[in-house]
Amino acid sequence: MPQTLTVSQVTAYIKSIFAEDALLPDVWISGEVSNFKQAASGHCYFTIKDGGACLKSVIWRTAAARLTLPRDGDAVVAHGNVSVYERDGIYQFYIDHLQAAGAGRLWQEFERLRGQLAAEGLFDEGRKRPIPERPRRIGVATSANAAALRDILRTLSARYPLAAVALAPCSVQGADAPPAICAAISLLNRWSAERERLDVIILARGGGSIEELWAFNDERVARAIAASAVPVVTGVGHETDFTIADFVADRRAPTPTGAATSCAPDIRDVRPAVNALAEAAAELMAERLAGAREDVTRLAARSRRASPERRIASDRQRLDDLQRRSALAMSHALGDARGLVAGLQLQLAALNPQRVLDRGYAIVLRDNSIVVSTRQVAGGDAITVRVADGTFDATVEG
Amino acid sequence: MSVEERTFEELFAELEETVRRLEGGELPLGESLALFERSTALAEQCNTLLDRAELRVRQLMQSADGGLADQPFEGWQG
Repeated sequence: MPQTLTVSQVTAYIKSIFAEDALLPDVWISGEVSNFKQAASGHCYFTIKDGGACLKSVIWRTAAARLTLPRDGDAVVAHGNVSVYERDGIYQFYIDHLQAAGAGRLWQEFERLRGQLAAEGLFDEGRKRPIPERPRRIGVATSANAAALRDILRTLSARYPLAAVALAPCSVQGADAPPAICAAISLLNRWSAERERLDVIILARGGGSIEELWAFNDERVARAIAASAVPVVTGVGHETDFTIADFVADRRAPTPTGAATSCAPDIRDVRPAVNALAEAAAELMAERLAGAREDVTRLAARSRRASPERRIASDRQRLDDLQRRSALAMSHALGDARGLVAGLQLQLAALNPQRVLDRGYAIVLRDNSIVVSTRQVAGGDAITVRVADGTFDATVEG
Repeated sequence: MSVEERTFEELFAELEETVRRLEGGELPLGESLALFERSTALAEQCNTLLDRAELRVRQLMQSADGGLADQPFEGWQG
């Protein structure tokens, strides 16, 4: 006697065939919606049909909550799995994603390309290059006549007018947009390599429908961004729009204005950085001067202790004059250094030993020590004299 | 190259470097002064450039024979 199966057994068997099938567990299906009903439970039951067949379809409550539900007569593309409903002995389409027909096709392509490029590693974090903090030259690829470009240029002008912008206009919508965008990225890269280095490229487009933004989901555009030697920041559409270009870019900004903002520091933050450095220089100089003043004071005390008996009047006067001028200038400079930078600069000019030499004074050295007393030299000693533009050797007479 | 012909970024980088050398410590007084004067001049130039800065926009073009060219791009301020 041949093997006998129960109805449940054969139905479970059929269901397992559906589940193991290459196509049915993960399938996109297009058709027209009819007899759409949403039950009190929240689950939706309807039929998708075309000219030759119809398919019972289900959207569970959780999926229904996040989808835009169709109405009878809508042409849709839906994703889900086809499986068997044992109780009624029927097969049904269990839908987890559903789009109006045109958009549905686009999204299939979007998911396919996203998966492919992700598998190739084009979205890896490790590929993302840093954007220079203070860019000198910014490349912009966008339409020359659109609001997006004005938004970008106004933002850059307000935030960081020190930058120079190199604009490569391109169509950003329609069939000719992908090659035009690729050409613009290529032109900016050529310019960067052959003329003036660009620090970053902004690739942008203002908001629009999903079809209008579609050029930024084109594989050619994705690969042009990946191949760009200059880092790319995207600002496409609105906050909620994500394109393939965004995934490949070194940085994604929510809008064209956001892209410009993210590329340029605020000039109001730059000025304090300059002033902080100038103040640091003034403080360091003040410390250095305080040290030098101590040195002078010590030197003066030592020379008083030396109490020379046969000092030549002019030498003495010269030394005193030097000390007085130095000490005075230093004390002034020190005070000013804590105040205004500009004032300090003028005061400091008097301190520079070179300036003293420039006025006609000389420094006498014997064995590399400064001669401050006649006792330090004797007739026949070799000495070195330093003047403004150099030194010469001399011999002491008598 | 004179200070006036240089970009803000170059001036700022030199300012940072000059202050770093001042921090370096035991330089002769004359050298410290020269560095300090340089840093003051650089800071003034940086601030002047910040005051005067105006965004420059140029449009790039590629001619039929593949040559590169550019021209001022105007009219976006309106």
